[in-house]
Amino acid sequence: MQREEIKRFAEEHRRYLEGFAHHILVCAGLGCPRNEEIVAALRRAIAERGLKDRVLVRKVGCMGLCALGPIVLIQPKDISYQTVSPEDASEIIESLGKEPVQRLLLPPDLPFFNRQHKNVLALSGRIDPESIDDYLAAGGYSALFTAITEMRPADVIRRIQESGLRGRGGAGYPTGLKWSTVAKATGGKKYLVCNADEGDPGAFMDRSVLESTPHAVLEGMIIAAYAVGAGNGYIYVRAEYPLAVHRLKLAIREAERKNLIGHAICGSNFELNIQIRLGAGAFVCGEETALIESIEGRRGIPRPRPPYPAEKGLWGYPTLINNVETYANVPLIIERGPEWFAGLGTEKSKGTKVFALTGKIKHAGLIEVPMGMSLREIVFDIGGGIPGGHAFKAIQTGGPSGGCIPAEHLDTPVSYESLSELGSIMGSGGMIVIDETSSMIDIVKYFMEFSMDESCGKCIPCRVGTAQIHRLLTKFQEHRATEADLAQLEMLCDLVKNTSLCGLGQSAPNPVLSTLRYFRQEYLDRIAAPATAPEDDQ
Amino acid sequence: MVVRANDPTPPDDRRWRTIDLAMQRHDYRPDALIETLHAAQEAFGYLDSATLTYISSKLKTPPSKVFGVVTFYNHFTLKPKGDHTLVVCTGTACHVKGNDRVLTWIRDHYQLVPGETTSDNRLSLVEVRCVGACALAPVILPDGTLIGKQSFEEATTIIREWLGDAT
Repeated sequence: MQREEIKRFAEEHRRYLEGFAHHILVCAGLGCPRNEEIVAALRRAIAERGLKDRVLVRKVGCMGLCALGPIVLIQPKDISYQTVSPEDASEIIESLGKEPVQRLLLPPDLPFFNRQHKNVLALSGRIDPESIDDYLAAGGYSALFTAITEMRPADVIRRIQESGLRGRGGAGYPTGLKWSTVAKATGGKKYLVCNADEGDPGAFMDRSVLESTPHAVLEGMIIAAYAVGAGNGYIYVRAEYPLAVHRLKLAIREAERKNLIGHAICGSNFELNIQIRLGAGAFVCGEETALIESIEGRRGIPRPRPPYPAEKGLWGYPTLINNVETYANVPLIIERGPEWFAGLGTEKSKGTKVFALTGKIKHAGLIEVPMGMSLREIVFDIGGGIPGGHAFKAIQTGGPSGGCIPAEHLDTPVSYESLSELGSIMGSGGMIVIDETSSMIDIVKYFMEFSMDESCGKCIPCRVGTAQIHRLLTKFQEHRATEADLAQLEMLCDLVKNTSLCGLGQSAPNPVLSTLRYFRQEYLDRIAAPATAPEDDQ
Repeated sequence: MVVRANDPTPPDDRRWRTIDLAMQRHDYRPDALIETLHAAQEAFGYLDSATLTYISSKLKTPPSKVFGVVTFYNHFTLKPKGDHTLVVCTGTACHVKGNDRVLTWIRDHYQLVPGETTSDNRLSLVEVRCVGACALAPVILPDGTLIGKQSFEEATTIIREWLGDAT
C-alpha cells in the first residue's frame, strides 16, 4: 500500500472519530480487571439514552495507574476516573458535558501523571490496540514510510547511532552499534528477533507495551529489518501473557493486510515476514543465545559468546535481537530525529525509560521518565510514597539480576552507569519498593531460589553455585549461620559472578552482594554464635 | 514415563487435528517442537506419553529430545489437571505482599503443594513466576480469573468460597 492510501485511511478514521462529541476510553489491559463488563455497561447506558451517534466507547491500552484501576478517561476534556465499576456506567454517561462524577474523579494535577515524560507510552491508553486504524490516525507507520521511501538503510542506522539509544532489555548495549554489526555481516539470510520474554518477576513493561501499542513494536521491527537487511522476523513472547499474544497476532494480521509486512512493503522491493514464537516459562530464555535455542525448538540453553548473534545467530545466520521497548523507541527517533532523543536523559543514558513501579508503594503502576530522574522523585513524587505509615527501606531494581538500593542513595539519578555503580542494574525496568517490614535476607533468598530454579544447568558455577548460595542463605534466615558461612557466601558469590557462562549466573549473586554491601548488619544479626569452624552439614 | 519410538496412530479425536495443523504449518520441521507442544497441551490440558510419541515421530525428533524439552520448560505438564485450577503468582511484588503465606495456608489446609492435584482430583495448584499484574499484587487466579489486591484473610476466604468449602 502506498503512502497516499495509508494517509487516506488515517484521515477517514480521524474524521470518523471526530464525529463523536465524547470519547470514553476504558483501559482494557490485564491490570484493569472487569474492563469488559465496564465497556458493556457503558455501551448499554449509551444505547438506552439514544446517544450512540454522540458518544463512543473505546477499549484502549494501559494508562499506567494500575493501583487505582480500572481507569476510565473522558475526552476531549481529559477527565480521569478511578476504580470504576460497571455500576458506575449510567452516572458517567449522565454526567457527560456536565459536572464530572466527583466520587470517581482522579485529581488532574496528580504528580503520577504530570511528572512523567511519555514517549513510548504516549499512545498507550489513548488508542485501541486492536485497531490499526487507530494507530494510523495517530500518525502510526509514517516513520516506516519515511525510512523506506526517503532513507537508505545506512542512514537509518546512522540516525539510531546518533540518538544514543541503548538496549532497553537490561544490558544497555548501544542499539545503533548492534544494528551496524548485523548490517555489515555477510552470509545470505539475516534474521530479526524481538525479545518479549519478560521473565523478570515484578516487571511488566513489555507486557504493557505489547498490550497497548503492538503496532509501535511492529513498526520498530520493520524499520530495523529494513536497516539491517533481514527478511524474517520472530517475536519471542511469554506464554504467560495471553492478551499480549492475542493483540500481537491481530496486529500482525492487520499490518499484513495493509501491506506493511509481507512483500513489497510501502511499495518498495523490501520483504519481511514476522512470526510469533511462544515461550514456555523459562527465565533463561531472556538471554539472547538461549532464546535462539528455544526458537529453534530446543531446550533454552545458552551458547558461549562469541560468536555473538549479530554474526551467528538463528540457524547460524546473522541475527538482530532487541527488546520490545527498544523497538518501540525506533519510530519516534526516525520521526522526530536523533537530536530530539539525545536531548533527553543523561550524558551516557539517553531518552526515557519505562519502569514498572510496584511493591510497597501507593501509586503502583507503569511509568515512563527521562533517564537521570532521581529514585526519590520516582518513589515519593510519582509513586506517592509508602502507604500505611511505613518507612522506605530499599528499592530493588533489575529483578533477580539486580540489587537493592537503600535510602541513603535515593538521590541517585537513574542511568545505566549510576545503578551499576551502586551494585544494581537498570535491568528491563522492574522497580520493587520494600518497606521496613520486610527482611532483606528473605528477599534475597527469594531471588536466589528463583535463580537456582531457573538455572539451565549447563555450567557448573551457576548450577551448583546458586544452590549452595541458597543453602547458606537458608541458614541465615533460620539464624543458624556462622561467621565462616558469611565468608563462604562472599567467596561463592564472587566465584559464580566471575565464572558463569551467561548473564543469568553472572548476575545471580547481585542481590546478595548488594545487600551484603548495604544491609550487612542483617546478616551479622543472624549469625548464631561466633563458631570457629563451619557447620558440617554439606 | 515411557516414550516409545514407534509411530502410533492417534485415536479418532478431533483434537489431534490442531496438533497436526501446528506441525503442518512448520512443514514438520524439528524446530516446530515447542509450538506443537503448546498446541497439544492446549488441546488436551497436559502432555501424555502417546502425544509425545506421536509428535516425536512426526517431527523426526528423538523421544529423548522431546522429553528433554517438555521437562525443561515450566509451562508444560505431564500430569492431567484437577476439576479446578488455582494459580498463585509468586512474582516479586506478590511475594513481598504475602502470597507465600497463601501457599503455606493451602499446603496446611488442602495438603497441596504447587504442581500437584488433590487426591479427590478437585483442585490443582499451580505456582507461576509473575503474570505481570504486579500493580495488583498479591494476585491469585482461581480458574483463570485474575483477583488482586487482597489481604491474606480475604484471599483465603475467596478460595474457600470458590471451592464451596466454608469450613
